[in-house]
Amino acid sequence: MFETNYDVVIIGAGPAGLAAAIETKKVGTQKVLLVERDHTLGGILQQCIHPGFGLHLFDEELTGPEYAYRFIEQIKPLGIDVLLNTMVLDIDRDDNRIYAVNRDKGVCNIGYKSLVLAMGCRERTRGAIAIPGTRPAGIFTAGTAQRYINMQGYMVGKEFVILGSGDIGMIMARRLTLEGAKVKAVVEIMPYLAGLTRNKVQCLDDFDIPLYLRHTIIDIKGKDRVEKVTVSKVDDNFNPIKGTEWDIDCDTVLLSVGLIPENEL
Amino acid sequence: MSMMDVVIIGAGAVGSAIARELSRYELKVVVVDKNEDVGGDASKSNSGIVHTGYDATPGTLESRLVVAANPMFDKLAKELDIPFKRCGAILTAVTQEEYELLPELFRKSHKNGVYDVEMLTAEQARNLEPNISPEVKGGIYIPRESIVDPFALVVAYAENAAMNGVQFKLSTKVIDIQVEDGKVTKVVTDKGEIPTRFVINAAGLYTDDIAKMVGQCDFTVHPDKEDYAVTSEGLEEIIESVRRLLPAASPKDTITQYSGLRPVKTPEGYKIEASKEVKGYVGVTGVRSTGVTASVSIAAYVADILADEGLDLKPKTNFEPYRTGFTKFNELSWKEKDELIKRNPLYGHVICRCETVTEGQIVEAIHRPIQAKSLDAIKRRLWAGTGRCQGGFCSPRIVEILARELNVPAETITKHRKGSEILTGPNRLGD
Ligand SMILES: Cc1cc2nc3c(=O)[nH]c(=O)nc-3n(C[C@H](O)[C@H](O)[C@H](O)COP(=O)(O)OP(=O)(O)OC[C@H]3O[C@@H](n4cnc5c(N)ncnc54)[C@H](O)[C@@H]3O)c2cc1C
Ligand SMILES: Cc1cc2nc3c(=O)[nH]c(=O)nc-3n(C[C@H](O)[C@H](O)[C@H](O)COP(=O)(O)OP(=O)(O)OC[C@H]3O[C@@H](n4cnc5c(N)ncnc54)[C@H](O)[C@@H]3O)c2cc1C
Repeated sequence: MFETNYDVVIIGAGPAGLAAAIETKKVGTQKVLLVERDHTLGGILQQCIHPGFGLHLFDEELTGPEYAYRFIEQIKPLGIDVLLNTMVLDIDRDDNRIYAVNRDKGVCNIGYKSLVLAMGCRERTRGAIAIPGTRPAGIFTAGTAQRYINMQGYMVGKEFVILGSGDIGMIMARRLTLEGAKVKAVVEIMPYLAGLTRNKVQCLDDFDIPLYLRHTIIDIKGKDRVEKVTVSKVDDNFNPIKGTEWDIDCDTVLLSVGLIPENEL
Repeated sequence: MSMMDVVIIGAGAVGSAIARELSRYELKVVVVDKNEDVGGDASKSNSGIVHTGYDATPGTLESRLVVAANPMFDKLAKELDIPFKRCGAILTAVTQEEYELLPELFRKSHKNGVYDVEMLTAEQARNLEPNISPEVKGGIYIPRESIVDPFALVVAYAENAAMNGVQFKLSTKVIDIQVEDGKVTKVVTDKGEIPTRFVINAAGLYTDDIAKMVGQCDFTVHPDKEDYAVTSEGLEEIIESVRRLLPAASPKDTITQYSGLRPVKTPEGYKIEASKEVKGYVGVTGVRSTGVTASVSIAAYVADILADEGLDLKPKTNFEPYRTGFTKFNELSWKEKDELIKRNPLYGHVICRCETVTEGQIVEAIHRPIQAKSLDAIKRRLWAGTGRCQGGFCSPRIVEILARELNVPAETITKHRKGSEILTGPNRLGD
């Protein structure tokens, strides 16, 4: 077993973890370690290849990976240690140690004086919001689709309906359109937009993608792959209004219905 | 294909159990299933309860086979290395009406030969299960009601059968059975013909279609609901009935929802027998709500029928009843995990974060005697993708591992079968 000790251990090297590491080091902490399960630093920013990052901090419009790089390049010179490809599986709070696994090192048992959890978010799923219907292929959370397209180089469908007007969903609507797919609707149950107005203008309006507020998907149909969804207007209690529903043919449904903190450790 | 002794139609719990049972003998056996993976239809969406048979209809074949199956599970689970837990069950009475029925149910249990049941007062029930509704008036404790991982059970039956020489032809649909001079001669599939002496119909929801092929259908099978779709009414009903028993249960605690169809036969009841008119045809029908449990005893029962029908059941000298399950990474100590990763670094790469499934386990599942080739096949063997994020994190990674290990383009990887491909092609690569 690989054993080592640090003053501060930070789990997760997204923007939060990177910033935490840099500040911790800058205030004089001796031994700082960043532990990241992915093969690069940067977290979710690496798949956010759209611009719009850095306006406040750098007064520039950067893509996610560019923005991340501004932090990543400070890590080495500051003397912050990094463990990549290392997934933390357990925290032993009594002994102040974490347990992680790494392909080359095996189990890593790392002692800390302080521990920072910066593990990001996971996306809410279909199950979490209980959409009825069949269980075909072609239902993705927006971030999973973003990973397939931006990191792995694949398309996940041809005709899309997006549930939820969160920023990731709207950004994906534009991305998919640029990739030649047809986004037929963005459907939002609330009477207002979930994400930023800027994203509605730049990602939906500019591409003539219709947004339906106070609507939801009440059924997903399809045996092997999604074939269509049924969309309905909802009342003030978010219950579907009978008689307002209609079908939209599509082969893919993206869910952009919120994030949940990753806090299972 | 060369002449077979037995063709089994269906690789669900029942067909796979029969395959394993017959693999004890010197026989040429092939299992044919239309699906791309073993696991069946009904057998992959059920509650995984190993029933005792306490509430069966006394005197029926179902009662006899379910009651017999339950005690067989300790040994079975050990041999097949599958998760099985003797957790016990409480039958609760919430309304006065239900309460008044308890003595009758208690005696029914005895009539089924299940004598280790106990009547419970409300207080005793709450002592056993503190979360139970305060409304509960009493109950019956059924100590041997148990749970099994139904996916693992079917995969294990099939793998063990394959280890012992049974062939599996998957993605192969039976379209006809040929009969000459009152005897089965061939099973016709969409991938060719299989000459055989015996055919066993273990086709679940489709047992009536198969029976019609030999003109032996004096029953109908229909699903217990219209279709597979989960409905909002269905969800509400379930939440309501769970709340009745466990008031603290919240829909927020659910991870996902799915539904299954029970093959309801008319007339009702298990009917497992050789045809008198068509020699060589054995029907296993009416296995509706208890087939996961009874699979193991049904298999032995079917072997007897085959022997009665003249099949020579000569035991193999080298039958191997033990099958090793997939590496249970999660259950290993840190020291064991460390040693495993040192031997094979793929176990140091966690692919499913919710259930802690490593790349090493996924590669194992792909290269077993029955190969896992789809996302669902991996999910049912390793539970990868069943956790809180529902595959959001692991599925892109599993698609890549499947493509690499099977040496096929990622675009051909499916959720469960052809037509359910995950990806539609490469992106524009910035053209
Ligand atoms: C799909 C998606 C798209 C988004 N797009 C945008 C956007 O366009 N603009 C925007 O402003 N915000 C976006 N967000 C919101 C985003 O969560 C935050 O802006 C930001 O990335 C959060 O930074 P973070 O460091 O907290 O998390 P993350 O960037 O997610 O970083 C967390 C890191 O922790 C690592 N980690 C997690 N658990 C472990 C463990 N057990 N062991 C080791 N490492 C672990 C992860 O691999 C990851 O690298 C998006 C979020 C998601 C999920
Ligand atoms: C919601 C629900 C909960 C349940 N809970 C429990 C429980 O807790 N405990 C319990 O013991 N039982 C339970 N059951 C019952 C149990 O699931 C079934 O009795 C059992 O799975 C039946 O297994 P089978 O092998 O007969 O059928 P299946 O699993 O349906 O397998 C039949 C197979 O035949 C194949 N097939 C059909 N036609 C053809 C053809 N023409 N060519 C090739 N292949 C074909 C199908 O592809 C399928 O793989 C439950 C059922 C449901 C629906």
